[in-house]
This record gives sequence, structure tokens and C-alpha cells, in this order.
Amino acid sequence: MKEGHLIPHLFRTEYRKIVSVLSKRFGFDQIEIAEDITSDTFLTATQTWGINGLPENPVAWLYNVAKNKAKNHLQRNTVFENKIAPELKNNSTTSQEPEIDLSPKNINDSQLQMMFAICHPSISPEAQIGLSLRILCGFGIEEIADAFLTNKETINKRLFRAKEKLRTEKIKIELPATTQIENRLETVLATIYLLFNEGYYSVSQNKTIRKELCLEAMRLCNMLVENNFTNRPSVNALLSLMCFHASRFEARFNKSGEAVLYDEQDTSLWNPDLISRGGYYLNCSANGNMISKYHLEAGIAYWSTQKPDTKEKWENVLQLYNRLLQIEYSPIAALNRTFALSKANGKEEAIQEAEKLNLTDNQFYFGLLGELYLNLDNKKSKEYFQKALALTKTETSRQAIQAKMAKI
Amino acid sequence: MEEFVLLFRLDILTKEKQPSPELLQIYMKQYQDWIGGIAAQNKFVGGKGLSTEGRVCKFNNVVTDGPFAEIKESIAGYTIIRATDFDDAVKIASGCPILKGEGNSVEVRKVQNPK
Repeated sequence: MKEGHLIPHLFRTEYRKIVSVLSKRFGFDQIEIAEDITSDTFLTATQTWGINGLPENPVAWLYNVAKNKAKNHLQRNTVFENKIAPELKNNSTTSQEPEIDLSPKNINDSQLQMMFAICHPSISPEAQIGLSLRILCGFGIEEIADAFLTNKETINKRLFRAKEKLRTEKIKIELPATTQIENRLETVLATIYLLFNEGYYSVSQNKTIRKELCLEAMRLCNMLVENNFTNRPSVNALLSLMCFHASRFEARFNKSGEAVLYDEQDTSLWNPDLISRGGYYLNCSANGNMISKYHLEAGIAYWSTQKPDTKEKWENVLQLYNRLLQIEYSPIAALNRTFALSKANGKEEAIQEAEKLNLTDNQFYFGLLGELYLNLDNKKSKEYFQKALALTKTETSRQAIQAKMAKI
Repeated sequence: MEEFVLLFRLDILTKEKQPSPELLQIYMKQYQDWIGGIAAQNKFVGGKGLSTEGRVCKFNNVVTDGPFAEIKESIAGYTIIRATDFDDAVKIASGCPILKGEGNSVEVRKVQNPK
């Protein structure tokens, strides 16, 4: 890798590790100092490597420089504290050399703990995602702004406020107690899933960023799976679900970047490796007696990897949606459930059920009705597609609906 | 929206009246499809099935075995739903698949909210 590419690459992989370790060492209230020292380390690297060429082991070099900068900071702080608060002089820690532990184990532990600190219920899901991208994924402010279709200033403000809030709430960088793990994990998983969906369904046209958001969400979830304390059934279910979805990533867009609908996807572009990983984690998720919404969604996602339209497939999908909706209602799940119902029990029953849904401001509702009436009452079908068209906001779905109408 | 409890009454004790495993599977699908339809309207609140065992405690420390049943049918489960009014709740309840069996019933009761 050339130096010009190496530093951005290292920034992405190492920034988050150094920030987590330093923040853990300094305490969350000093997270900005940890971020400054880390950014400063990369600045030093850019300057030094530009003049002297690449060091033998760039990562070790970065850790060393970060360590020294952190130690200097701690020592300066100690001197300052001792001058203004001489009564603290007896404090035994002041005479010790401050230790910065950048061992793989401490890096991993610190990142996991940081994940729980950031995904704290006291800040909004949006802020949790922003902070996760910055601190857990090493995204630049500009990239985050790009992912959210907003500007750098808005993101900076959002991150600042979130950090401020975590500071005033005195959130510690640590794993939750065993008694709280399920509860706290719920927030962490919700954030990871949002992060994934941000990438998977995002309106951002930047395909590279979208894919990276998905991969980062999977990486964070994988960290939870690899730790014995956090390796719970629901974590495996979420990872399975994301693997199944991500398996279609390459098939979802054509060469010019336009979305390709599920039915028209080239299945040879589906990633068999991710599908089998999804199956593996789905098996692991069955370890226990709790069924989370991620279990049900992973089950549905599994059936999406099976293209043939079998009776068995749709009966299973219908039952999974029936149960998912009992746990958590969402309009999209209600619509998908009704589509599965039409495949499993027939269109007539599905039409009756669809008319009870009361989602008349939703384009997909009318799209579904158009689909259900197709070949039963083509006049009605066309009318519904027309209504869907009127509510459509994106060019892709406008084209998809028009293509369907043209075939009637 | 108000909450209503639906109480399902059917004969869960008479041996000859119990469905075969195959039939039970069909009933479960019908039941899940019905509940799924309620949940798809965002009107499902909660619910559970009940086992066939039961004890009934009465006046004067009398305890009897088995679920309470003055008639053959006893409570097999309950579901809590959201509905706009009694009529809406009754309309939902009348779609319950257990009503395909003679003698079975669904009692619709409104949850009283403290004023």
C-alpha cells in the first residue's frame, strides 16, 4: 500500500482503537482530549512519514507516538494538579509512570466497553449512531455528514451535544453488570441494526459509504459475538440477519448504481459465503429459550435467500411475520405480512386483510393492493398503482411501478 | 383506542373432543393467522394460552381441581387487543377461528381504566 493510501486506511482501523484505550484510561469526561491526542498522532505520522519514509511497522509506530503523547498529557496534568492542589501530593499514583496499555486484549476490551458507553439510552438513537461512526468506526465528520445527507456543522453539533450529555450523566466506559446486560444489549443491538439499515436502505447515493456502514455494523456485532460475556442468542440472531441481507449487496444495484428489485436480481451475484455465515449464526442464536425480534427477522431473511417460490417458503415467512408483528408493529412488516399471506393463503384473503391495514398515506400500501388485484381485477389494480405512483418520492420506485403498470 | 380482553372458551377437557396433532397444527395456523392480522393493524396488545390444569379456590377454604367450568367449556387463553369501540372489538373477535367449533365462545370485555 502506498503511503498516500496507507494513512487513511490506518486512520479507519487504528483511530478507534487508540481513542477507546485512551478514553478508557482518562475517563469519558476527557474523551475529547483522547480524540485530540489520537488525531495529533496521525498528524505527526503524516509529517514524519512524508519526510523520513514509512517506518518498518506503521501500527506499532502510531501506538508508540500515541502512548508518548498520552503520557506527556498525564504528566503535565499531574504537575498542574500538584501545584494547585499540594494536599494531593501524598497520592501514590502521582509518582508512578503513567501506563498506556495498547495490547490487543486491552484494545478489544476498551472498544467493547466504549460501545456500551456510547449506546446508552440517555442519548438519542441518532446521536448514538453518529458517535458510533466517529468513535467506534473511525469515520471522518465529512463521511458521517455524507451518510446522513447533511453538513459537517450539523454533525459536529450533534456529536458535541451527545458527548456533553454522556459527560453530565457520568457514563462510565465499562461493561454493564450481569443483571443489566440484556437490557443494555438491547440498546446496543438497536444502534447496530440502525447503523446497518442506514447503509442498506440509505438515500445516500454513495455506494461505497453505504457498504461500509453495513460492514461496520457487522464488525461491531461480531465483536459482541466474540466476547463470552456479550455472546447472547439475540446478538447471534442480529449478526445472522445482517449476513443474510448483506449477501445480496452486490445484486441490489446495477452498474450505473440504480437499485435492482429483489425479483429481478441476478442470484449469481448473491454471496454464498455470507449466506452460509448467516446460517451458522442463526443456528447459534437458537441457543437459549428467548426469541427476540432479531430471531424472527433472521428467519425471514433466511427465506429471502431462497429464491424459489415454494408453498413452504411463504407459509414459514407468514408465520414469522405473524409472530414478529406481535412483538413489534411496523407498517412495513404489516405490508410484507399481507404479501406473504397472499402467497400462502391466496389473494382474496390477503385483499380483505389489506383493506383493514389503514395505511392510506403509504405508497407501498397502494403498491401492495395493485399487486393483489393484478389478474383479479386489472382495472382496480391499475387504479391502485396510480395512487402508489402519486405518493412515490424516488425515481427508482417510480420506474418500478410504471414498469408494472405497462404490463397490465 | 381502548383495550379489550378476549376470553376464549372451549372444551379443553373432554378427551374425544381434543384435536389430533395434525388437526392441532391446522388450528394453530388459523389462530396465528388471525392474531397476525390483528397485529398487522397495530391492534394486538398481548395474550397467552393457558394449560389445562387448574385449581379453583372458593368460599370457606374449598379448593377444587381443574379449571373453573359450570359448563363444558373453560377458558383456554386470552388476548388483549386495541379497538376503537365495542363494535370494533366484537368485529375482530368474531373472526376468531375457534368460533368454527360449536359450543366455543369468545367473551369480549372492556378494560376499565382508572379515572
